[in-house]
Amino acid sequence: MSALRELYQEVILDHNKSPRNFRKMENANRKVEGYNPLCGDHYTVYLQLEHNVIKDVSFEGAGCAISKASASVMSATVKGKTKAEAEKLFESFHTLVTGKMDGMAGVGTLGKLAAFSGVSEFPARVKCASLAWHTLKAALESQDDVVTTE
Amino acid sequence: MTEDIATSKVVEKPNVSTKKSFDVQRIREDFPILRHWVSGKPLVYLDNAATSQKPKVVLDAMNHYYLEENSNIHRGVHTLSDKATQSYEAARVKVQKRINASSAKEIIFTRGTTESINLVASSYGRKHVQRGDIVLISAMEHHSNIVPWQMLCEEKSATLNVIPMNDNGELLLEEYKKLLTEKVKIVALTHVSNALGTINPIKEMIATAHSKGIPVLIDGAQAITHLKIDVQDLDCDFYTFSSHKMFGPTGVGVLYGKQHLLEAMPPYQGGGDMIKSVTFEKTVYNDLPNKFEAGTPNIAGGVGLGATIDYLNKIDLQSLAQYEHELLVYATEVLSEIKGLRIIGNAKDKASVISFVLDGVHPHDIGTILDDDGIAIRTGHHCAQPVMKRFGIPATARASFAMYNTKEEVDALVKGIHKTIEVFS
Repeated sequence: MSALRELYQEVILDHNKSPRNFRKMENANRKVEGYNPLCGDHYTVYLQLEHNVIKDVSFEGAGCAISKASASVMSATVKGKTKAEAEKLFESFHTLVTGKMDGMAGVGTLGKLAAFSGVSEFPARVKCASLAWHTLKAALESQDDVVTTE
Repeated sequence: MTEDIATSKVVEKPNVSTKKSFDVQRIREDFPILRHWVSGKPLVYLDNAATSQKPKVVLDAMNHYYLEENSNIHRGVHTLSDKATQSYEAARVKVQKRINASSAKEIIFTRGTTESINLVASSYGRKHVQRGDIVLISAMEHHSNIVPWQMLCEEKSATLNVIPMNDNGELLLEEYKKLLTEKVKIVALTHVSNALGTINPIKEMIATAHSKGIPVLIDGAQAITHLKIDVQDLDCDFYTFSSHKMFGPTGVGVLYGKQHLLEAMPPYQGGGDMIKSVTFEKTVYNDLPNKFEAGTPNIAGGVGLGATIDYLNKIDLQSLAQYEHELLVYATEVLSEIKGLRIIGNAKDKASVISFVLDGVHPHDIGTILDDDGIAIRTGHHCAQPVMKRFGIPATARASFAMYNTKEEVDALVKGIHKTIEVFS
């Protein structure tokens, strides 16, 4: 499989085309904007966080397929998770997209997030894949500022 | 000293081959990097508005400088210092001739267009722009011709006004005239838009500003590779450009300024080479151009730029312009045929730059997929975020052509875009 096909896997193309949880959340108690000044990708992540559990998560904004699919898969993955679990997932995801994951054992625990394994072959796209996650992290830590991947 | 050099040994007569038909294959042979392969495919380099490739003669000249002449300039009495000084000052004269400045004193070497603009904003701007004044720029400026003026306006409590443009990416000249009030202390305007390709009617716009006594700075970063620049004919007060976009090395650029303006301006940076004498009580500044060139400059870069101009002088600019125009027309035609593709920037007068968006595919993804076929284009906001905002898009994909690009490369681009559409279908 070419590196390109590895990057644009079905899961990513699907989530780009029909992003999940792609909406504004009126009753969110956390809201953070994420911005990648390099390419102009721009998302807002909304959270309903109760007792450190992500009751609901959604996002809106615009960007490339990698960033949008990543935000979508992320939202589907972290819903219902605790703050600590979500942060752990981000760590694993980051290890995956930066190509630092040893062997397939780790990938196996990632579920749909594993679709982003191809990103590691494209260093310029790592920021696209991690933008929504950085934004989520900021929301969990309740930093109300705009975060960037720079 | 520079004047002596101008009239003596340095001005090489261009090898006047004046070929009327443009031989692109011969040009390509001069650029070693164009023979490289990327992602297992021959490199198709269509990112020339970001930076151009360098001909071997330029690299050889810089190598020669480091191998045989390396020394600091304007200092030593020894042979090498003299040689280095001569090569560097010769480059200044070559720039002067290339853009038809009336004196080599009007050519200030900088790090690039950005520094040239910052120099003017900082030196001329701080002196002449005061509280309540206006700096006038256009809606299609690169960040480097926005931010230095914005910083100046902030410092001086002045206002930054913007000449609007229409949906084709053409400046509204009637609006421009209205904006030229007596409060305007300088107009800063791009010659060719990096994001849209628009060639602005700067000669006419300069004349309009001058009729009201307002000086004009031109950002020529994109124009310098495509158009014949005659600063006396344009009558611009400042003209700025970078070596690296005109097939020369990075890290060196030019500020042209009318001599009487430069002479009246305070220095930009202080240091060695820009002084005549220094005591702890007072410093006497050097004459032009040295007054604006503090510290050891990019000597090898200057020498490289000189070699670049020698190289360009051998190419007939008119046939080059015609060739590039044919490429632009061809590319516009074949790209327009792609369903879902929309070209951003449709000015009547355009340089060989095509910005476009594709339905349902973000420019960044286009860039990655094209790269897989060895095709290099720029994607993003092109350091012109206000332009993107004006057209209501977050980013574009941009193919920018230079004299060494071919119709076959345009075809490769079209093929790559079809592949992109297929991946996302």
